[in-house]
Amino acid sequence: MSTGLRDSVIRARGLGKKYRQRWALQDCDLDLPAGRVVGLVGPNGAGKSTLLNLAAGLLAPSAGSIEVCGGPSAADVAQLARVGFVAQDTPAYARLTVADHLALGRRLNPAWDDAAARERVARLGLDPKQRAGTLSGGQRAQLALTLALAKRPELLILDEPVAALDPLARREFMQLLMEAVAEHELSVVLSSHLVSDVERACDYLVVLVDSRVQVAGDLDELLATHHRLVGARRDPDRLPAHQQVISARHTDRQTTLLVRTEEPIHDPSWSVDGINLEDLVLAYMDRTAPAVRRPRLEVQR
Amino acid sequence: MIWLTWRQFRGPALMMAGVLTVFGAALALTGPGLADDYAKGISGCAGHADGCARFLDRFLDSHQSAFLGVSGLLLLLPALIGLFWGAPLVARELETGTFRMAWTQSVRRTRWLAAKVALVGLAAMAAAGIGTLAVTWWASPLDKSAVDSYPRLEAIVFATRGIVPVGYAAFAFALGVTVGMLVRRALPAMALTLAVFALVQIAMPTFVRPQLAEPVTTTSAFSTRNIDGVGEGGLLHTQARVADPGAWILSSRTVDKDGRTVPLIDLPDADMARCDRAPSPGEAMQCVTDTANRLGYRQEATYHPASRYWPFQWAETGIYAALALGLTGFCFWWTKRRL
Repeated sequence: MSTGLRDSVIRARGLGKKYRQRWALQDCDLDLPAGRVVGLVGPNGAGKSTLLNLAAGLLAPSAGSIEVCGGPSAADVAQLARVGFVAQDTPAYARLTVADHLALGRRLNPAWDDAAARERVARLGLDPKQRAGTLSGGQRAQLALTLALAKRPELLILDEPVAALDPLARREFMQLLMEAVAEHELSVVLSSHLVSDVERACDYLVVLVDSRVQVAGDLDELLATHHRLVGARRDPDRLPAHQQVISARHTDRQTTLLVRTEEPIHDPSWSVDGINLEDLVLAYMDRTAPAVRRPRLEVQR
Repeated sequence: MIWLTWRQFRGPALMMAGVLTVFGAALALTGPGLADDYAKGISGCAGHADGCARFLDRFLDSHQSAFLGVSGLLLLLPALIGLFWGAPLVARELETGTFRMAWTQSVRRTRWLAAKVALVGLAAMAAAGIGTLAVTWWASPLDKSAVDSYPRLEAIVFATRGIVPVGYAAFAFALGVTVGMLVRRALPAMALTLAVFALVQIAMPTFVRPQLAEPVTTTSAFSTRNIDGVGEGGLLHTQARVADPGAWILSSRTVDKDGRTVPLIDLPDADMARCDRAPSPGEAMQCVTDTANRLGYRQEATYHPASRYWPFQWAETGIYAALALGLTGFCFWWTKRRL
């Protein structure tokens, strides 16, 4: 494996992608560590899919640069071989059978692991003679994952792989993914708008909102350093310098803060609580939500 | 990559092979009979006074629908290739998202396109080649009897014989691929491909083919062959004829002795009366013709000689091949840079 654990598996600098007049991703800086299972979370339209397509080399950047496994994405065949990709909605050739898809992978990838692919298909209970067009969404996703894994990539990118699946298929998919990650030394980047997927599978979190990385870090570390403080109403600006306020909510008498700090919180006037992943993600997503958006949402309800 | 392309293309390829087999078999069954009838007819009319004109007319008449039908099918073939092979080739992958699977294997996307374009494109040209070979062979007795009604350089005969169908197929295919790549959806791409191809196929014989070489202009005296009929009051209806059978006449006009264009020849009553008294219709026509010539009327025609058939075939095939190559080059550039 050419990428050591210290290196970034994806490194973006000022990365942008423009479609006609509209920027789908703009001015994005990102460093994802190798050897982790990274969950990329953000609201729809944040640029997750564009970012991952850029990383897979399916799109070319309009601005900035992106390096994957130490080289420009999809620059040559060796670079293509390093990255496995499971696209959104896990497309497959509808007219081709499951066996055809494996043959496709075998012929198009030098490091193809045929035994593992066959074994996986057998274990999934897929009929090799069945056409991909007649597979269920879950089965098709599994087939796409099997193909991406048997390629033996250094980095596996999954773009909302389970978004269209029912809960059972979703769990099975994530299970297969986790087994594969445990088996091979593999970096994974997985995007989702569902926190529960990330919670189950990932050990590193990136929250992307409006092209910007709001927070990135080890999942456990993030959970350990974020706290909810509840106390009598007060101005959040007067907190100690090491406490970074992520979100603040006030009622007439009470203030609820979500703060990030490496140090213990000693102030006895706060009641301190841990937070779960969903709170964390929502706090970061909320932080950047334009003020006008929230009332409008409430009206819609 | 070739394997994947073949695996995707197998169905359409087999279907085309089936259609060509049926078509070829039909031609193979009827062709020898047609050639036989023609040979018999020609040897039968060899001694006749008016030559074989009457036999040739009858022969063509009795096979006209087959003649036009077979030619029409071959005329349709390149359009269908562009429609069903070209347009969906890339558009369907873009539409269903499978290009994301194909492009993230350990193969460059230009190789993916190269395999597709080479395999399906060559198959398209081969299909058109087989088609034109069969039709050119089958229709040769009919073509010989149709030199006047359907000159080989004109429209349907030119486009469905020789080598141009191969050029048409290559172009239609490349056009389909390009449109599909730009439109990114199979169905609209198919419609657009058909429309553009039809326009090109109309523009080519109308505007381009006549310009492939400098047309020949001749001025000739009248003979009984180029006077169609005599109307009321001695108005002659004329028809362009040139000494070169099978020539492609682009335009013709009748000019009087001062070189002015006249729509019809108006013979003086005295001459008409004299010609009316001729003992036989043949001699009456001869009399009318002689009178027109004596009064200084001439027929002027602009045409391409029949001998230009093969140079034109090569030139037109070359134009379509160049267009196809240009579009293919664009497709590669687009795939690399913009897709």
